[in-house]
Amino acid sequence: MNVAVLIKQVPETTDVKISRETNTLMREGVASIINPFDMYAIEEALRIREQHGGKVTVITMGPPQAEEALRQALALGADDAVLLSDRAFAGADTLATSYTLARAIEKLGGFDLVICGKQAMDGDTAQVGPEVAENLDLPHVTYVRRIEELSPDHMRVQRMIEEGYEVIESPIPALITVVKEINEPRMPSIKRMLRAKKAAITSWTAADLGADESRIGLTGSPTRVIRVFTPEQRRAGEILEGETVQEKVRSLVAKLKETHLV
Amino acid sequence: MPVRVLSDRCTGCEACVAACPYGAIAVKDGVAVLLENCTHCGACAAECPAEAIEVEDVRAIAGAGPGAGADAGTASGFRGVWVFAEQRKGVPASVVYELLGEGRKLADDLGEELCAVLLGHNVGDAANELIAHGAEKVYVVDDPALADFQDEPYAQAMAELVEEHKPSILLLGATTIGRSLGPRVAARLRTGLTADCTGLAIDKEKRLLLQTRPAFGGNIMATILCPDRRPQMATVRHKVMKRAARDEARRGEIIRLVKDVLPPRATLVRVVEETQQMVNLAEADIIVSGGRGLGKAENFKIIEELAQVIGAAVGASRAAVDAGWIPYAHQVGQTGKTVCPKIYIACGISGAIQHLAGMGSSNIIVAINKDPGARIFNVATYGIVGDLFEVVPALTAELRKGACG
Repeated sequence: MNVAVLIKQVPETTDVKISRETNTLMREGVASIINPFDMYAIEEALRIREQHGGKVTVITMGPPQAEEALRQALALGADDAVLLSDRAFAGADTLATSYTLARAIEKLGGFDLVICGKQAMDGDTAQVGPEVAENLDLPHVTYVRRIEELSPDHMRVQRMIEEGYEVIESPIPALITVVKEINEPRMPSIKRMLRAKKAAITSWTAADLGADESRIGLTGSPTRVIRVFTPEQRRAGEILEGETVQEKVRSLVAKLKETHLV
Repeated sequence: MPVRVLSDRCTGCEACVAACPYGAIAVKDGVAVLLENCTHCGACAAECPAEAIEVEDVRAIAGAGPGAGADAGTASGFRGVWVFAEQRKGVPASVVYELLGEGRKLADDLGEELCAVLLGHNVGDAANELIAHGAEKVYVVDDPALADFQDEPYAQAMAELVEEHKPSILLLGATTIGRSLGPRVAARLRTGLTADCTGLAIDKEKRLLLQTRPAFGGNIMATILCPDRRPQMATVRHKVMKRAARDEARRGEIIRLVKDVLPPRATLVRVVEETQQMVNLAEADIIVSGGRGLGKAENFKIIEELAQVIGAAVGASRAAVDAGWIPYAHQVGQTGKTVCPKIYIACGISGAIQHLAGMGSSNIIVAINKDPGARIFNVATYGIVGDLFEVVPALTAELRKGACG
């Protein structure tokens, strides 16, 4: 069972703080990490390999320093890593990104399963997974919280929905995106970390992929960001005072009643 | 390059360095330089006090490609605003009516028609509801193969309808269905899709859809355009847009179409509804959430009691979910669900940024926490500093009293 995991290197955004003076993101010492949702994708791929054999290949598109994310994935136990890096890829939106990743998957000869995290922590779009599936004409299932069954040609998975979950069956090859509930990612071992430091990482450019130049990077991106701004910050409201808990609660209830919702 | 530093204007103040979410800008020899990992997001330009960073102008982009000019939206024959009428068991999701409310404004600004697309089986009544909420046309594909949502047949039917009828704009709810179907359709049509929009407007001069969405967990807002490709696709967050008013007197056309829908490879076997999830978090008007301050799983009972009295959904912080006190389906925040209720009551939640990212756009935020320095109070409309084990039951009792008389 050969599995590809598509990962993204992102700023460690949960540490991002907003400066009160300038109203901007403060990034002092913020490290780049593997997108946290992708950690569940990597873990699931490793578990599949442990059960069914085969290989786990991690793929990322990004600047040269995204290699660091691939080394982290190798330290967790992935077998191979492929970096797609080229100035021509810069400025790609989800459509151009998914096209590029799909070409790499094809060049690698395809996989039994492609796994992505449900979305990236910086963009939060959740679009690249299904778009890669469409590019490769694979079936896809989003928000997978459990793989119930996996055989050489078939899978049965649970897909999280608003009201609970769906059970979905699909032939493989297929693409799934996974949610946090699916597993508990392991820690890298020291031995693997040392090996990962020295591991060879395949690096491909647009030319290596034989990519259609009109479909990559900014040129291949139908969307354009035209304005970026910091949202109006919510201001602290009113702390309800009172001698007793009862008084505070009554004052809150009065406020809430004004909304006519309670 | 859409982002450019005008070195003669740059003062080397480093405001851009602090603003860059990717650490992709540095000041060298007193001038800002974009590094290789720059994604051209433009965050730096917004913060530059010297106006020394330029983002490629929207008009330049709109003028560059096919379909450019004053009537970009119609030049290639694409007209009309479409709303995907997501339904389960024949009942449209509430977000559909919000899309019709917003879609009406966009269609009026463009002087084009508002249409809904209804895919399903035995969904006739829903079409009339969509018309009562403002759709001028409803395209219906009624087919047993579309009875339940499945990505492939839905994507096929939607893409074919778009190719035949050429709408300029296609809106979907940012639900688990919309966020799965939308990208599949966009990739098939090779057009742009903006996820999770919280603001939509028409640039009347260029007739383009301005799509505004949060990124970086809500720390940054971005406005996005799809200048050349059609349709301009967006998924839209729940509870942000105003719901269309219902008017039974409205008349519209129901267009029934037959599609040769191919059987899907990934097929739905069954839906399991989980009883713990009494109210859908995304659709709830009121949410009561519990955090680390609850101390243990059993204490979620007091949260549930309060929620029950006011018909609220139960949410939780990551700390409470990670501790195993409540299932992940209840988690609100960056790694859980993004919610936008009318009232959000946070009990024993400190207000970590990842939690704020998931609920910060709620209309009213109530914080109950014993630590007066808790971050949640910085965003709370109303705060009560006190022990949640006293405050929450007192609040439940007070509200129950109100409910009875």
